[in-house]
Amino acid sequence: MKIAVCIKQVPEGAKRIDPATRRLDRSGEGALNSFDANAVEEALRLKDAAGEGEVAVVSLGPAKAQDALRKALAMGADRALLVCDEGAAGSDLLATSAVLARALEREDAALVLFGQQSGDGDGAVLAAAVADRLHRPMVSQAAEVTRSDDKLRVKRQTEFGYDVIEVPLPAVVAVSDAINEPRYPSLKGIMGAKSKPQDVVSLADLGVDAGQAGEEGSHTEVLALRDPPARGDSRKLEDDGTAAAQVVDFLVEKRLL
Amino acid sequence: MLVFLEHHGDQLLRGPLGVLSKAAALDGDVAGVVVGTGVRALAEEAGRHGASRVYVADDTPLQAPLPQPRVDVLAQIVRDGGVDAVLFGNSVLAADVAAGLAARLDAGLNWDLVDIARDGGRLVGIRAALQDSVYVEVGWTSEPQLALFRSGAFDPVETGGFAEVVDVPVSLEAFSTEAQMLEQAHEEAEGPSIEEADIVVSGGRGLGGPENFVLVEGLAKALGGAVGATRAVVDAGWYPYSAQVGQTGKTVSPRLYVACGISGAIQHKVGMQSAGVIVAINKDPNAPIFEFADLGVVGDVHQVVPKLTELIEQRKQSGDGG
Amino acid sequence: MTKPSDFPPPFRAADYVAAPTTPDDELIRVGVLIVGAGPAGLACAIRLGQLLEDAPDVRERLGDVPVAVLEKGRSPGSHLLSGAVVNPRALRRLFKGRKTMDELPFTSRVDHEAVYMLTPKRAIRLPTPPTMRNDGNYVASLSQLGRWLAEEAEQGGAMILPETPATKLLVDGGRVVGVRTGDKGRGRDGSELGNFEPGADVAARVTVLAEGTQGHLTGVALERFGLHGEHPQVWALGVKEVWKVATPLDRVIHTMGWPLRAGAKYREFGGSFVYPMGDDLVTLGMVVGLDYRDVELSVHDLLQELKTHPLIRKILEGGERIAWGAKTIPEGGFVALPRRMHAPGLLLCGDGAGFVNVPALKGIHYAIETGSLAAEAAFSALGRGETSWRPGALESYDAAVRKSFVWKDLKEVRNMRQAFGRGFWVGGAMAGAMSATKGHFPHGDKATERDVDQELVRTDRAASYPAPDGTLTFDKLSSVFLSGNRTRDDEPSHILLHREVPPEVAELWARMCPAQVYEVADDGVAVTPSNCVQCGAITAKGGRLTPPEGGSGPEYTLT
Repeated sequence: MKIAVCIKQVPEGAKRIDPATRRLDRSGEGALNSFDANAVEEALRLKDAAGEGEVAVVSLGPAKAQDALRKALAMGADRALLVCDEGAAGSDLLATSAVLARALEREDAALVLFGQQSGDGDGAVLAAAVADRLHRPMVSQAAEVTRSDDKLRVKRQTEFGYDVIEVPLPAVVAVSDAINEPRYPSLKGIMGAKSKPQDVVSLADLGVDAGQAGEEGSHTEVLALRDPPARGDSRKLEDDGTAAAQVVDFLVEKRLL
Repeated sequence: MLVFLEHHGDQLLRGPLGVLSKAAALDGDVAGVVVGTGVRALAEEAGRHGASRVYVADDTPLQAPLPQPRVDVLAQIVRDGGVDAVLFGNSVLAADVAAGLAARLDAGLNWDLVDIARDGGRLVGIRAALQDSVYVEVGWTSEPQLALFRSGAFDPVETGGFAEVVDVPVSLEAFSTEAQMLEQAHEEAEGPSIEEADIVVSGGRGLGGPENFVLVEGLAKALGGAVGATRAVVDAGWYPYSAQVGQTGKTVSPRLYVACGISGAIQHKVGMQSAGVIVAINKDPNAPIFEFADLGVVGDVHQVVPKLTELIEQRKQSGDGG
Repeated sequence: MTKPSDFPPPFRAADYVAAPTTPDDELIRVGVLIVGAGPAGLACAIRLGQLLEDAPDVRERLGDVPVAVLEKGRSPGSHLLSGAVVNPRALRRLFKGRKTMDELPFTSRVDHEAVYMLTPKRAIRLPTPPTMRNDGNYVASLSQLGRWLAEEAEQGGAMILPETPATKLLVDGGRVVGVRTGDKGRGRDGSELGNFEPGADVAARVTVLAEGTQGHLTGVALERFGLHGEHPQVWALGVKEVWKVATPLDRVIHTMGWPLRAGAKYREFGGSFVYPMGDDLVTLGMVVGLDYRDVELSVHDLLQELKTHPLIRKILEGGERIAWGAKTIPEGGFVALPRRMHAPGLLLCGDGAGFVNVPALKGIHYAIETGSLAAEAAFSALGRGETSWRPGALESYDAAVRKSFVWKDLKEVRNMRQAFGRGFWVGGAMAGAMSATKGHFPHGDKATERDVDQELVRTDRAASYPAPDGTLTFDKLSSVFLSGNRTRDDEPSHILLHREVPPEVAELWARMCPAQVYEVADDGVAVTPSNCVQCGAITAKGGRLTPPEGGSGPEYTLT
């Protein structure tokens, strides 16, 4: 079974928005999105359990996204594909999902995995958009995945507890960070990552029209940045025996009780 | 405007109902949509909260709360005309539906919104980014405009209206019905998980010892919230790591965060600073937490917390609130 | 009176020396293994790349990975911190014919400089001591320089392996044959967690230790091979910040005096630096010898206090703190250098070996030069039929270092630091005399006392530390946060320490540590190892720092 994992390199450390471009400043060090590490780990476990198969990692990003791809290869993924093109810069959900869907069609994997969300956009939305474009069934927030033949049994974590959902392959699954503890790459793995196949393709190579990607292909825009509203007056009181009652009044005032 | 309404059992969920109220306040003519089986009766509650029309998609394949059939339903409604925006209140289901719909209709989706306004003819969303340290004004460059609001962004407001019910014939894509619900979740017996909880009560070193965590648990139970802990007490073995809130633990943004005996070092702050309301109880008047708490109580947690729990229990019993 | 050395840590060098245990055919083999991606290690890797470029047959014989550099931090630069004003001499030599000066990642040239003696309210300008002249030198961020050197090293063919500490020295038959890397995925009690990944044996034909200050395996090697110099090593602790400023600073500044005390009984040797980094950034730091005696001394808090001085406050007005970090500096100088810098299969270079010129506050160019010389010596031992274990094979390294400007400089200023053990004024006079006579007077090498042997005193020093205001002055925890430290909480503790100590020793450590790792507890000292920024101060003052799990610790970018 071929598994494709979509990963992203996210800025490391303190994040800031560049006031000039109104976009996230990605100029510093980057790291493999932690939820994507869970997805890579799950792919490797499924491959190990089946005793056969291939795990490919796919990313849309600038050249230095290679670092994240290489980390996944060091963990044990077999191949990496980077879609790197100036024309894709500034892609929103629509544009990103369009490009990734095209790359994934090419990969033709039985299972496509995503991390539930990314540390720099926290959307939890990419998997659903890509699945729709691929016309594949999709399950999100997977806290456990087991495979039997051509079906997957997925425990989905919701606000109400766990659902158990069965979905036939080919499918798209987004995994939550509760699903596993990603492995540390072994030193051999890190050293061997360099020599695993790593392809870099452009939008043209994928047959993606320039109008579908980047800012042109995006249907949302950032208009302005603002300071958040001040938290409001903070009150401080000393307990003279009535503090608890005053807290209750406060909570009622704030409509929390 | 079209608002995606969700239900659990036979009640509409608060979050999307709040979005409906907001939409109605923005725009007179707002429609809601309910999807499931045996859901027609929910239209009335929608009408009371501002919907002038409610689309009802009621069919057996729609029984389970799975996203892809709902994308089909909403796409159809939008294609039939007259919808310039589709609004969602965040949930696991709603996020998947909103994103799938965006791809289906080639529509822009802005998420994690805390507010929305009309600026001339267009909609402008306010998105809280980077742990609420910066607010971003976002817009759409096409229609329909899809907006996913943060859970609890708006309170439901009853305006006592009446909605016209429109039955929607259901026609689903083949791939939309491939996922099958084998077992559906029920309400969690032990209370909400810390990341989803609306209310979190946390304990820190000021509690004095692990035996005092019962005070925190008591207050959390009274408020219907989850229990959190600081790195220091987890390190010391007073509480499990799964409850740790902070830089190296979980990040939470509940509507209410009560910090008991917590100093408020930045390693903890970054895990809870975007909470709606922060109440802190600490006997050290110089604790950094008082700089960003909305209400700070300088006092002994061993006195204040049990008293607070007692008062809240009393209120619940006398039916005054909750 | 108590001394920290009364409570030695449970450390035995022999625990960190082992024979390889991996079967031969599974062993990871590299040609030259360099431990540490700092200026010394990377210069070594770059020089090797240059030499191997012209010797393809040697390169061929070294296998798939001719040069590997292990780095314990998340990436090269993550654990690098210095002032820094860099003498470009060694970089010029390393990149001769390949790069021009303006291609090197310096932020600015030193155009003006000033030295001040501070009192609580005033700043008295002093003539710049000859050892501190900086014309022709450049201000740089060592972390940025490290990142840049790492890219150069990779382009030259070196494989850099971050998040990989070297925890044991592999010794077989009296020869260093490589290192063992650290385990990942252990719990606080040492147990193997679900994702446990054991470290690996890495075999190499030559192992170069370039670990920097308090280098773990360097310390182990000095013990194992009896390489200690005639005098013990001593250290200083530097705590620094980087600020975005409203007004550009036009000069490199060094200060002495306040907030340090001149009396001999305190043994407070050090000063501060304030350097411009381009037009909009300023870096400033406080450096204090760890032979200080006062239990209440805290270098981090002295830095906060320094910032309240009118001279400094003015520079920082309207600015914003954007980085913080701490690191120790070896200060023993010439007399504390190892008596030999090599052993069979092993070479020692950079700060780890102690190549720092304290009066000039320079060590980076020595690190680069010795790293480069180590590369040349290693290369000479890689020829056909050669091994690095033949007696005398790496002798050329020691010979080259002794002939270099590194040796000459350090010899000239030897004893200056030790003179300051007699107090600021006597020390100053003696230092002046040494300078004037280029190291010939006074005669005889001054004894160096170990930092850990200093008897503790208690004064009311902490009373004048400013309360953190979050704008100009800051507490330790928010500083640790700013360093980018996100170390996993349940890692095993990497700090070896005697726990049941009297309160004054616990307080000594609690105040000493810039990252608030230690706290006074009922029965001695409590430790929060995940705060640790691996500065190394604890090793100087009674404990022992060992490398934690790879990738842990700070993620410096501007320091």
